[in-house]
Amino acid sequence: MNKILLSVMVAAALAACSSTPKKEAAAPVTETKVAEAAPAPATAPKMPEAQPLSMPVEEPSPFPTKGKGGALGERSIYYAFDSYAVNDAGKPVAAAHAGFLASHNKAKLTLQGNCDERGSREYNLALGSRRAESVKSLMTVSGAAAEQIEVVSFGKEKPMAAGHDEAAWSKNRRVDIVYQGE
Amino acid sequence: MFLIPVQHRSFLRHYVFVLITGLMLLISNARAELSLEITTEGLKQIPLAMLPFANERDLTLGISPIVIADLQRTGLFRQVEVSGVNPLPTETAQLKLADWRAKQATAVLMGSTSIEPDGKIKIRYMLVDAITEQEKLVEVISVAPTQLRGAAHRIADAVYEKLTGEKGVFSTKIAYIVKDGPTFQLRVADADAYNERTILSSKEPIISPKWSPDGTRMAYVTFELKRPLVVVQNLSTGARKVVANFRGNNSAPAWSPDGKRLAVTLSRDGIAQIYTIDAEGLEQPRRLMSTRAIDTEAVFTPDGKNILFTSDRGGAPQIYKVAVEGGNAQRLTFTGNYNVSPRLSPDGKKLVFIQQNGSAFRVMLQDLDTNQLQNMSDNALDESPSFSPNGRMILYASRVSGKGVLALVSADGRVRQKFSTQAGDVYEPAWGPLQ
Repeated sequence: MNKILLSVMVAAALAACSSTPKKEAAAPVTETKVAEAAPAPATAPKMPEAQPLSMPVEEPSPFPTKGKGGALGERSIYYAFDSYAVNDAGKPVAAAHAGFLASHNKAKLTLQGNCDERGSREYNLALGSRRAESVKSLMTVSGAAAEQIEVVSFGKEKPMAAGHDEAAWSKNRRVDIVYQGE
Repeated sequence: MFLIPVQHRSFLRHYVFVLITGLMLLISNARAELSLEITTEGLKQIPLAMLPFANERDLTLGISPIVIADLQRTGLFRQVEVSGVNPLPTETAQLKLADWRAKQATAVLMGSTSIEPDGKIKIRYMLVDAITEQEKLVEVISVAPTQLRGAAHRIADAVYEKLTGEKGVFSTKIAYIVKDGPTFQLRVADADAYNERTILSSKEPIISPKWSPDGTRMAYVTFELKRPLVVVQNLSTGARKVVANFRGNNSAPAWSPDGKRLAVTLSRDGIAQIYTIDAEGLEQPRRLMSTRAIDTEAVFTPDGKNILFTSDRGGAPQIYKVAVEGGNAQRLTFTGNYNVSPRLSPDGKKLVFIQQNGSAFRVMLQDLDTNQLQNMSDNALDESPSFSPNGRMILYASRVSGKGVLALVSADGRVRQKFSTQAGDVYEPAWGPLQ
């Protein structure tokens, strides 16, 4: 998706919260007075809570069944600490999904990069992205089109395992493969 | 304020102070949810006699307890025993300074309040040197009854500045993220954790809150649209602007000192790189450097001419400095294999950051003139350090017993404090500017 189209979609979605829909890119949200949940102490200036942003609507597209077995049923690739190289266990998974994309040109997926909880949140956001980009490179080399693959990182913000030890950390250092529409 | 009492332990050089709510004459409209624990190590404190203000019991909110709590929270001052002073003095001449000197006090803080015919509150206070017997500070403030808390913080700021030569930060604010179950909230509170309010509530993560230099706006990263975007929110209206929404990640906002521009990290070109944009998000972003590495966590120097940032261009993350126009970067950290999250003191002379040492991630302070390093923490999972706007305190996030907490350490390492919420984890603190 190119930047202008995405910006217009977001702007349209944001405009849904305001009274005057706008079409130009990066339109500002119009001023909204938000009712506060608790009575405001009169000693401090008002700091109203923000309105939520709303999601753009996605088009339907095909995807393989999750967990069905084989490399195509796998949806996660795992990593060593501070590493973004896809290891031997991850390569067949990347290849299988690349193959699916190559044979279903309407299919689209997002690669979501994740990290364990140690270290800077922003550096981990970038590392998660690097993990996802390296899976994308493998996939495009194996025949998927770049336009079919989105890359996003959650850094360490969405851990799957809640613990504070290597058992949990190793589960959180991963890239998840999520198809559009599933 | 809800304060969870902590067990007392006295070592020879460690003193644990707990502020106990019951002793404070306060009625607050919005209770903060943070509990506070202070330790001071080997610190020679200035003994002060801080007296209750005459007639303040007639007010809806006592002034002296807030002033005393503010000054004690710095760890620099020790309250001399003041109970039993009756009647409370309203004029300097009424002070028996010889008695206060006998109690080791170096100065006496006293005052009085009165309710004016128009309903305003007049607060008169004096800071008197116990040894020279001179008035160091005399002031009269007149405020609306709803502004008493702010007036007390202003008095604490004036007393602090008179006694230390530094600007007080008692009238400033802090922002932080609280995660409680599935909900993430970006909250703003006074520097003493009162008047906490939520400015954004979400089922998706929020990170990297950054105050604009004039304190009117907050930039932050939100995952509300399932991928990180940079938003600028006007704090008085709640209005929001998405200023960076490019392909991939949009994160790590940092304000230029004039508040007109933001440095951001964008992965639109395949890898995390630093760009600058205008604060309205209208221009095309300008990329600073072109590396095949992760470049992120930009922060402007106070003169606006350079940017410090984290990069793993050398193989592992280290901190670098580059001119704001871009170009060749200069490496600043040389110890260890993981140095991230740079923040500068307001005078630009000290760098605080997080260093990995074995399995621990700790706050480190580096003097940029001498390059001397000081370890500021003995915790194991520290993050996101930042300076108070007077450069005296470093606020950061840490984990204690599995819980996300905020911690403060003075820049000389001697005073330490911890804040925690009663429920959930608190992290990503950001100290607001002087106003």
